[in-house]
Amino acid sequence: MEIVNFTPVPAFIGGALIGLSAAFLLLVKGRVAGISGIAGGIILPEKGDVPWRILFVLGLILGGFIYQWMGLAPDLSQIQAQVGKGTLIIAGLLVGVGTTVGTGCTSGHGICGLARRSPRSLVATLTFMGSAFVTVFIVRHLVGA
Amino acid sequence: MLPLIAALVAGTLFGLGLAVAQMVDPAKVINFLDLFGTWDPSLAFVMGGGLLVNAIATPIIMRRKTPLLAEFFRTPTKHQVDKRLIVGGIIFGVGWGLAGYCPGPMLTSLSFANSDILTIVAAYVVGTLIARIALRAWERDRLSRAQRA
Repeated sequence: MEIVNFTPVPAFIGGALIGLSAAFLLLVKGRVAGISGIAGGIILPEKGDVPWRILFVLGLILGGFIYQWMGLAPDLSQIQAQVGKGTLIIAGLLVGVGTTVGTGCTSGHGICGLARRSPRSLVATLTFMGSAFVTVFIVRHLVGA
Repeated sequence: MLPLIAALVAGTLFGLGLAVAQMVDPAKVINFLDLFGTWDPSLAFVMGGGLLVNAIATPIIMRRKTPLLAEFFRTPTKHQVDKRLIVGGIIFGVGWGLAGYCPGPMLTSLSFANSDILTIVAAYVVGTLIARIALRAWERDRLSRAQRA
């Protein structure tokens, strides 16, 4: 193992901002800040509560804009996808299906669920983390080797 | 109006946090997942920071009877682990590992969208739509079968 590009301080500050956002949404709206759940309720709405979801997602994008307006480094426009279009399509489909079937993603299960000490979220987080570690191992070290 | 502004503020904090943490860079995410190669432990510090704040705040907030601007808390109440949770987690993990994008960073990346980001977001929307329609049909089927029985 070789450790590369480790940025613990911005990672921790960014993580704390995410935690603050989740706590704020819970305090004010009584809702869990799970991105796949919030977005899913826009993509195929259940009942009446769509507008706040749209504003939350617009906020995500606005947050990215604010970072760029502040001129913080590194510059987001330099970021490149790591795989081709075909893999992006497969990955996007799998993330959409998986988070919907598994009722949550990194934020809903990983940050909100674990904070509520939900056993379901603990199992979900270990499952998708494990699956992702295995996927990268296969792609980088078995197929790519 | 106020609850909508609150949702916008929460989303903005979340997106800013993802950008500051550089989680919108799929190279960092994939390197975190590459334990046996070029490992970047940063993502663990993002989860750690988020969990630390939220794990302290959540129990304090949940002591209230109601949220500030809503009638009740709508946190998940289900406790038992089922097959659906595991299967979904495995599928999500494969997709996450393949491209390095989970839903939050994907949507925040729309702030500097290029054709790659638009491609994965479009595929994510289609995947979510298909799964929601299928799950809805499956639930309806299960309900009607339970009613008949």
